[in-house]
Amino acid sequence: MYGNDFAPLLEQVDSAEQELRETSERAVATSDRLEEYFDAIVAADQKVEPRDWMPEAYRRTLIRQIAQHAHSEIIGMQPEGNWISRAPTLKRKAILLAKVQDEAGHGLYLYAAAETLGISREELVEMLLEGRQKYSSIFNYPTLTWADIGAIGWLVDGAAIVNQVPLCRCSYGPYARAMIRICKEESFHQRQGYEILHTLANGTDAQRAMAQDAVDRWWYPSLAMFGPPDGDSTHSERSMGWKIKRFTNDELRQRFVDMCVQQAGVLGLRLPDPDLRWNEERGAHDYTQPDYDELVRVIKGEGPCNRQRMAHRRRAYEEGAWVREAARAHAEKQHV
Amino acid sequence: MSEPLWEIFVRPRRGLAHQHVGSLHAPDAEMALRNARDVYTRRQEGVSIWVVRAEAITASSPDEKDAFFDPAADKVYRHPTFYAVPEGAEHI
Repeated sequence: MYGNDFAPLLEQVDSAEQELRETSERAVATSDRLEEYFDAIVAADQKVEPRDWMPEAYRRTLIRQIAQHAHSEIIGMQPEGNWISRAPTLKRKAILLAKVQDEAGHGLYLYAAAETLGISREELVEMLLEGRQKYSSIFNYPTLTWADIGAIGWLVDGAAIVNQVPLCRCSYGPYARAMIRICKEESFHQRQGYEILHTLANGTDAQRAMAQDAVDRWWYPSLAMFGPPDGDSTHSERSMGWKIKRFTNDELRQRFVDMCVQQAGVLGLRLPDPDLRWNEERGAHDYTQPDYDELVRVIKGEGPCNRQRMAHRRRAYEEGAWVREAARAHAEKQHV
Repeated sequence: MSEPLWEIFVRPRRGLAHQHVGSLHAPDAEMALRNARDVYTRRQEGVSIWVVRAEAITASSPDEKDAFFDPAADKVYRHPTFYAVPEGAEHI
């Protein structure tokens, strides 16, 4: 790993950005053979750019991954949007609004990155609405209390960050640049969640219990966000060869667990795993794996909120049709 | 939803050039500007925004990049370091 695994998030993103500038000055052996040149770019840690030749499977893999990521940002607005009108103070409400607005922005950066690979926005939106492309299964869990907003920020955004920081070094330029932007903004998301939990954990007994309950419910689904264990992960090896992915699912999951243990200690909250303990030999924590059968069921559409999330997305899209229509009519009128 | 694609350029601060930051869809230039403000400058990243219809941009082709940029490759004399400055010459 990079030796700065536990550096503050923003430092990790800055070093990825620095590396992007440095590698761009590195010479790449030119070749008349397209595939050789592509391989040389990837080997030199340089970035592949939109109009470069690339293997068809590389293009398809990227479209699938970036689209799924974009859809997750868009669907991810729903569980948190649920609490905007019920946030406990005006300050919390303004912060939550800004966060949900960021998620929309992240979705748009990512859709734009996917479109540079030759797929249209219409196709992307359609594939989400028709259920032909997936979004992260984490957003199919409900947000039952205000503490869930804290747990989402700390654990869900925390897991997303551990997943996403290595993507700032992805071999595809537009994706890497979008991820640098996103990770800088995610840092605020994680901290605001942690602050909510810290406030609750230091409040009344009822508030403390609410915080613990949220952590109990979100811990294992957050661990499942890293995907199936390495042995069952279908796309991992090839994606690592192409430097789309830099670490395996299990490596990232372990890194997340090791980070959370210390942070939970500061909150004075318990992670719901009786077998969680430091393993001196491995220099890492042993922990209980999430229920991967449940992960598969939720991905297949049997999570607690799958239907509600998709119905809401479709309704929002349909109800926005007149706005898009009016804007288009206005634009046409300007041209007459 | 066949809204045209716009490329977005932001001047981060006075004294710096506009820089490409990404793209978005909008029905017209005015909406593109408003959307660009919300998508790309939520944290005061800019003091000025340009929006350009993506189809109005003509780009060089990466396939021809060697031939296209070749003429500059053998003209090292365009760089000041090409010239030997005689010993003793000052302020040059």
